[in-house]
Amino acid sequence: MSVQPILDARTAEANMAEAKPCYTPQEALIEANRCLFCFDAPCIMACPTGIDVPSFIRKIAGGNPTGAARTILSANVLGGSCARVCPTEVLCEGACVVLDLEGDPVKIGRLQRYATDHVLERGIDVLAPRLPRNGRKVSVLGAGPAGLGCAAELAQLGYEVTVYERKPRGGGLNTYGIAYYKMRPEVSLGEVEMIERLGVTFRFGVEIGRDIDIAALARESDAVFLGLGLGGARRLGIPGEDLPEVVDALDFIEQIRTRPLHEVPVGRRVAVLGCGNTAIDAVTQALRLGAEKAVIVYRRGEEDMSAYGFEYELAKSDGAAFEFHTVPIEVIGEGGHVRALLLARTRMVDGRPGIIPGSERIEEFDLVLKAVGQETQSSLLESWFPGIALDDRGRVLHDPRTMRTSLPKVFVGGDCANGGREVVNAVADGKKAARGIHQWLADEAIEGPVQPSRLGCADGALGSGFDHPIRVPELLAAMNPS
Amino acid sequence: MADLSVNFAGIRSPNPFWVASGPPSNTAYQAHRAFEAGWGGVVWKTIGDPIVNVASRYSALNVAGQRMIGFNNIELISDRSPETNFREIREVKDRWPGHAVIASLMVDTRERWHEFVKRAEDSGADGIELNFGCPHGMCERGMGSAVGQNPEVAEIIVGWVMEAARIPVIVKLTPNITNVVHAARAAKRAGADAISLINTINSITNVDLDTLTPEPHVGGYSSHGGYCGPAVKPIALNMVQSCAADPEVGLPICGIGGIGGWRDAAEFIALGSSCLQVCTAIMHRGFRIVEDMIDGLSDYLDSKGHAGIDGLCGASVARLSDWKYLDLHYKRVARIDHDTCIGCNLCYIACEDGAHQCIDLVDSAPYGLGPGRVPGKPVPKVREDDCVGCNLCSLVCPVDGCITMTPVDTGRPKMCWDDYQTRLAKGEIEPIPAHP
Repeated sequence: MSVQPILDARTAEANMAEAKPCYTPQEALIEANRCLFCFDAPCIMACPTGIDVPSFIRKIAGGNPTGAARTILSANVLGGSCARVCPTEVLCEGACVVLDLEGDPVKIGRLQRYATDHVLERGIDVLAPRLPRNGRKVSVLGAGPAGLGCAAELAQLGYEVTVYERKPRGGGLNTYGIAYYKMRPEVSLGEVEMIERLGVTFRFGVEIGRDIDIAALARESDAVFLGLGLGGARRLGIPGEDLPEVVDALDFIEQIRTRPLHEVPVGRRVAVLGCGNTAIDAVTQALRLGAEKAVIVYRRGEEDMSAYGFEYELAKSDGAAFEFHTVPIEVIGEGGHVRALLLARTRMVDGRPGIIPGSERIEEFDLVLKAVGQETQSSLLESWFPGIALDDRGRVLHDPRTMRTSLPKVFVGGDCANGGREVVNAVADGKKAARGIHQWLADEAIEGPVQPSRLGCADGALGSGFDHPIRVPELLAAMNPS
Repeated sequence: MADLSVNFAGIRSPNPFWVASGPPSNTAYQAHRAFEAGWGGVVWKTIGDPIVNVASRYSALNVAGQRMIGFNNIELISDRSPETNFREIREVKDRWPGHAVIASLMVDTRERWHEFVKRAEDSGADGIELNFGCPHGMCERGMGSAVGQNPEVAEIIVGWVMEAARIPVIVKLTPNITNVVHAARAAKRAGADAISLINTINSITNVDLDTLTPEPHVGGYSSHGGYCGPAVKPIALNMVQSCAADPEVGLPICGIGGIGGWRDAAEFIALGSSCLQVCTAIMHRGFRIVEDMIDGLSDYLDSKGHAGIDGLCGASVARLSDWKYLDLHYKRVARIDHDTCIGCNLCYIACEDGAHQCIDLVDSAPYGLGPGRVPGKPVPKVREDDCVGCNLCSLVCPVDGCITMTPVDTGRPKMCWDDYQTRLAKGEIEPIPAHP
């Protein structure tokens, strides 16, 4: 039987309520006053876009949320969505010195949301072009975080930017691929509108090859930015994979974000294959939309999962089950629909999970969500840009400082360059590429602006985290070599 | 348990904690509540000729999310009739004979002072406090701080009171004066039994930036108010110590100004107060706060081996002197404990921008990765030879005990400014080189 929606609208909305609502002004004031206003603060280094965190928090504490938003958005144009979707525990908040002092960091993400909501909800534009229009044209392929980061920076530098996007709306995974309880699609769409007001032209629903000739586009553009992201879910390569209830987890999440919640089909017994952060988003939302049982099936162990610890905890508290060292061998169908999974236990052989003979068993499921990683866009890229250099994992090779590819006027950023990282990394990539494009076309390096909280730093007071981001897991590893 | 009972200028109370004259001491109902909570005395809200109050009356200074760090009022003396107030004082004394009830008074002429002193005594009050401090409204009519600011006038009025008074008289002093000691000496000359200080300080707490009206406003206009609360404690301590140290004053002192807990109380006592009054902290949190004040002060006195507050009273007065008596050769320097340093660098930027540029940010390698440390991020280190020992870094450091101010033996004998000038004049020593 095909899967159907389970819950009524009210229950579904209640279950999917925002996990972290916006602070009230008083909550924001109390939290902002916990910030020490460090000089050369680690939180800035831990932010891939190098937001001057102490400065924006001080502005909140001083009753200047608009100024706080200006500080945030001038460093990271998607500061509103990053405030909600960043894994702050391993970025800014993980590096916060108040964590060392009190065991509980300043809630930077929630303060950032408070400030960005203040301007986004009121339609206050805090960004404006910094340089006069120069008449040069840049085409941005993909309206996801990388493309938006690039387009917004270029518009501020005076470029005529057109963004081409296959989907009907902009924002990429921020609009289509984030857990609903973390962020509503409207937030991401509001950011796209803000970037539009900076003078960026968007063309949605256009397919390169069908609607646009890529060679002509490249010819007519002074530069091209590739922010294509990744492709569809990897194939499992097992029998039954093409049954209709075997769904890409990202497609399941996209349905949640594009349809009324009570119209999203959900299985009563849901298997989620894989154990990354997308798997967590899928399993928690399946449960919140009424699944009676939702199980993460992962071929490796708990210690190997790529999901963040806090995401794992969230899934457990939502009632998700975890089958570690387990792999699907076959999707068993009945009448053209999924009925069960044939699962087997695994053990590690030479560092790779291998099936334990005789451990096979059948477990009933009616929906299988694939969260085993996405394909790269390598074949698409090679057909559009013959000769573009990719690495062995299909990522576009680039200069990490300018994001320039092996082709003269082609720049890249986001998942198709880094293989799949956070939204904030994609925005930073896009911004770096914009500066790389400007440096190449105008022969003029863009730095800064000066970060007030770091004024007088020996290594310059310009975006520390943007140039040399640190990550908390790497920090912890450095501090505890064992 | 230390014995907290006091005999303040002949007024006995079970402990030194009195409710100061103000909104919390306006009625018998409140006095009963205060004594039930454990307060030792109540100084009645100032009784005088009928007045009319306005709305609104109070405003506050909030700092970094903390409410009522400072507090301001434009409320006048009691708006109840003298008859009602004196009758209620009688009721309270009848029910609480062992507790202190002080009548705060403010009138104008000699005859009125005589009359009100008599009525206060007839009500059974244990003492009288003369309100020479109220800085708003009443001073425009020649009373309150208008008296306290003019020692000659104050002396005359205290004299009128002393002509009639048979119970102890406390003169409450205003801080809105260049040197409070002159007012205290005037009280002494006129024969007062004690002084209490400080009254409130002239203030404007804030301006509403939408209406551009200062708070508290009365139909769009405000008036200079009286400032009190935790923020005024340092000013009050300074004035209390000044009076306590002055040999011509020589009166018992009731300390007032920003007291909210036992530590504040102990500091006021150490600087010469033998009794205390509290108002704003009660207005903020109610009479119940006295339980901890009694408990904490008692434990503290026990821990220091004092049987009562006498042992502590005035113990710090002689620890203050004129600047010229301080040792120019005493040196101490800041030392940063890199094992507890969290890397906020507030010490560095404070010293660099706000003080004497004696902290460097150096390679962290020799110190390892402490809490909050980021590989490659420099750590603060004090250049001890250049450190002037100003304390600023240790004050801004958010980690208790991370930066310690450590005395350094210079091997040089103590030399104060006067010694220095004398020895320089005699040619015994070379001038201390100017700081580069």
